[in-house]
Amino acid sequence: MSLDLQKGLGLLIALLPETILAVWAMALLLVAAWTHKDPRALRRIGWVSLAGIGVAFLAVAWLWTAHPRLEGLPTSVAVDPFRWAVDAIILLGAGFAVLLSIGYLEREGILIPEYYVLMLLATVGMMLLAGGEDLFVLFLGLELMSVSSYVLAGIDRRREASAEAALKYFLLGAFASAFLLYGIALVYGATGSTKLGFIGFQVQSLQLATHPMLLAGLALLLVGFGFKVAAVPFHMWTPDVYDGAPTPVTAFMAAATKAAAFAALIRVLLRAVPLLHDTWSPVVWWLAAATMVVGNLVALNQKSLKRMLAYSSIAHAGYLLTALVSGSVGGAAAFLYYLLFYTLMTIGAFAVLVYKGRDGERTVTADDLAGLAESHPWLALFMTICLLSLLGFPGTAGFIGKWYILTSAIGSGYALLATIMVLASVVSAGYYLPVIMAMYMKPRLHAEVHADVSVPRVMRGVLTAVAVALVVFGVWPSGLLKTARAGARGFLPDEVVPISQGVPAAPK
Amino acid sequence: MQTLLAGLAYDRWIIAALLWLPVVGAAAILLAPAARAKYIAFGVTLLEFVLSVGLWWAYVPSGPAVQFIAQHAWVRDWGIQYYVGMDGISVFLVLLTTFLMPLAVLGSWKGITDRERGFYALMLVLATGMIDVFVSLDLFLFYVFWEVMLVPMYFIIGVWGGKGRLYASIKFFIYTMVGSLLMLVAILMLYFAAGRQSGNWSFQYEHLLRYAVLEPRLQFWCFGAFFLAFAIKVPMVPLHTWLPDAHVEAPTAGSVILAGVLLKMGTYGLLRFAVPFFPAVAIGGTVGKVVIALAVVGMVYGALVAMVQPDFKKLIAYSSVSHLGFVVLGIWALTVQSVQGAVMVMLNHGISTGALFFLVGMIYERRHSRMLADFGGIARVVPAYAAILTVVSLSSIGLPGLNGFVGEFLVLLGTFRTHPVAATIGTTTVIFAAAYLLWALLRMLYGKITKPENEALRDLTRREYAVLVPLLVVIVWLGLFPGPVLRRIEPSSQRFIELVRLRLPQQVPTGPTVAPQDAPVVR
Repeated sequence: MSLDLQKGLGLLIALLPETILAVWAMALLLVAAWTHKDPRALRRIGWVSLAGIGVAFLAVAWLWTAHPRLEGLPTSVAVDPFRWAVDAIILLGAGFAVLLSIGYLEREGILIPEYYVLMLLATVGMMLLAGGEDLFVLFLGLELMSVSSYVLAGIDRRREASAEAALKYFLLGAFASAFLLYGIALVYGATGSTKLGFIGFQVQSLQLATHPMLLAGLALLLVGFGFKVAAVPFHMWTPDVYDGAPTPVTAFMAAATKAAAFAALIRVLLRAVPLLHDTWSPVVWWLAAATMVVGNLVALNQKSLKRMLAYSSIAHAGYLLTALVSGSVGGAAAFLYYLLFYTLMTIGAFAVLVYKGRDGERTVTADDLAGLAESHPWLALFMTICLLSLLGFPGTAGFIGKWYILTSAIGSGYALLATIMVLASVVSAGYYLPVIMAMYMKPRLHAEVHADVSVPRVMRGVLTAVAVALVVFGVWPSGLLKTARAGARGFLPDEVVPISQGVPAAPK
Repeated sequence: MQTLLAGLAYDRWIIAALLWLPVVGAAAILLAPAARAKYIAFGVTLLEFVLSVGLWWAYVPSGPAVQFIAQHAWVRDWGIQYYVGMDGISVFLVLLTTFLMPLAVLGSWKGITDRERGFYALMLVLATGMIDVFVSLDLFLFYVFWEVMLVPMYFIIGVWGGKGRLYASIKFFIYTMVGSLLMLVAILMLYFAAGRQSGNWSFQYEHLLRYAVLEPRLQFWCFGAFFLAFAIKVPMVPLHTWLPDAHVEAPTAGSVILAGVLLKMGTYGLLRFAVPFFPAVAIGGTVGKVVIALAVVGMVYGALVAMVQPDFKKLIAYSSVSHLGFVVLGIWALTVQSVQGAVMVMLNHGISTGALFFLVGMIYERRHSRMLADFGGIARVVPAYAAILTVVSLSSIGLPGLNGFVGEFLVLLGTFRTHPVAATIGTTTVIFAAAYLLWALLRMLYGKITKPENEALRDLTRREYAVLVPLLVVIVWLGLFPGPVLRRIEPSSQRFIELVRLRLPQQVPTGPTVAPQDAPVVR
């Protein structure tokens, strides 16, 4: 299939998932305005929005398998496997978050149907962000995502923490957006375009690699994206926001928001300024190192599980940045692979928190899970698999993802960064293990302590599927690795991670 | 016997059977009622042992270096394979594992009363992990199982352990993980070096050995990473502090497996990977001297610290530090005898120390104490227990005629030719060993009964005899007839030394060791 994005129909097809989701959200908004604020209606809207995500997912799957090719001039929206892959991950994350919200909202007394609408709109923003080939589309997506997220963070407005989270998020997010916009302006000033492909062409043909305006613009872009992906030292907002927001929203932000912002960052770096790799890679190197080290060390010191997971998500941003440093196809493929499982295992861990907690889950500590294995063996096993996968333990998909990232880093000569990464992972054992320890090795405070933890039947199925996926793709990653490589091959010709020539015979 | 095994195509399926049988068993345990768990576990481990006994005949010492090879593609994109096989050293470590497993299950019969299914399932998973570590010839596979094995052990210590189990289990986990993750980076360095050199991407042991050429500085760091991973596991002083905690807190079966098999994975790693990959760093130069010094310090220090332990289990834990020092010394001395001796010490330590942990566990089940001071004169009450404890202790000390002697003697003999000073200091360890164990026996078994609680202790039950008698038989058998074992280990030891010498750069002075004709080997 070939698409001409200059024509209306071509553009519509290229933006089909986003369009579907946006229309769905608008329709839901109208429906929400006309329904009473009772739990049953809320629940129904939740399911309908999940259906919307499902339809958008089907659209992405169709586009991915139809292999659309561009004809005519390059345009402002990407049509490549990388976009479909990231879209699929974002939709997976969004669907998971919506599923967590159903039931949660009633329990916490947040009877606001617009919650789901905002979630859908944020997802549209993320998909635009991940698919933008033009800095303006990127910015549009970013703002749509951010504004929706600000509201989502503060949706439980009767709670002080939620309001604080929203305000903090908004102030710092607006600041970051300003940085980004200024960066876009400077890049435009230097190259005369906002289209990523054309910027790359201009940098090459006009030899702008040392142009101060371009470099300044790039630096500002990095700062802006650094805020969005919560890289150290731009991470200060993250713990408070993640802590204050309703837990499903936190899971959504930790997984999907980060995924989208990362995808955009990777696109900008590899499409617009691949020639400046020598300039930006040291910066990303330091960001990655600082993010891994600080994220893990601070997480070690958290009592509240929710805050611990917030910091752990910062640490994982560092691992993802490590995949970016090499600027290679291998790195991008490793990024995609890790991103998928990062999304699943992070939301999975938050899911357990959702079912255990009350009142925003701010006070749940590892010890509150003591003895969970006795009363809820399957939930405890699920949490254990998620945590081991987050830790990067062999036998889980998290390990293969980390291994892939390490391979891409070492293969491109960043052995020191790889070493920092593994040492940071060791630190993370210090906060993931106590949770496992509490669940399995500490006695329950009293027999009824986990009596109110109940996982709805649908979610049991979902959690089982996630656990199975984490283990299966940890043991047989081959098929998905190919997909990840195909997804990453959109931008760059060269190879870092090698393909072996079949299996050599056993030496005699 | 050999024809029978050949008729069964034993060499084709044995490794697969040993690896996957316990996994099937673990699944069966999880599905069966809890009361059946220990029976299934015992049945499976016993079957494992029976199957593995065939290795004794099926392994041909004069045959190819690596036998029982099985090879399948696993992750094609990265050239990762399921590639397993055994040489003479692996064969015995696998036999040690399969021998100790049913005993460990039997030893837990009464001690483990809650969550039995989980316990026995984890034990079986542990068996798979341990055997895989000893047979992997693909470094990715090796790494995966090296790490995976941590989880069952972590749970065994943490769930079924003593009072300080939480601290001990997390310490065990994190210590091991630090080393192994750095090793992961080093494995990848080798992978890329070999891949660029040969154009073929693989984690195969031989492939990496042949093509991974690193510059000296990188060699140093990569050796450091491998060495750290294995030295923590061994454990070598000063990285040993996790061991006493883990041993003291672990349930009996955990201690037995930990001392009997897990520690051997460290020395096995040194022998198989760390030294052959980087001989120039490991043997030549300062690093080699430092390692030998650490080994000797560990031997003496472990023995001295063992002497002052009031807790019998801790005493055995420190004695392990001391015994494993022998192994490292034997590997680094780089003579056929010393390497053979090192392997023998690995086996003997697994058997003797395993037996000691069983014995401590048995008395603990009766008195709920391991403190030497809580006993005294109990030989009158439990004569059979006392007799067996004495024999096992003597074997651990290294009394000629029992198994402990053979290995340590060979190590010292082999080492004396290349590193006389280290050997001389090492010899004192044998004296210390006699001191701490005999003194402990004296305080615990002999003399008058000092505590009234001990007067009604029950002697060994039939189940406990079933655990101890096989160990005693092996102790005596290996002590009297070590020849057949040594004969099977010799070619692999010889090959290890040739491999290392071949890869040593010529300019490194290797001293008198270069003489290719070693003295006749003890048969």
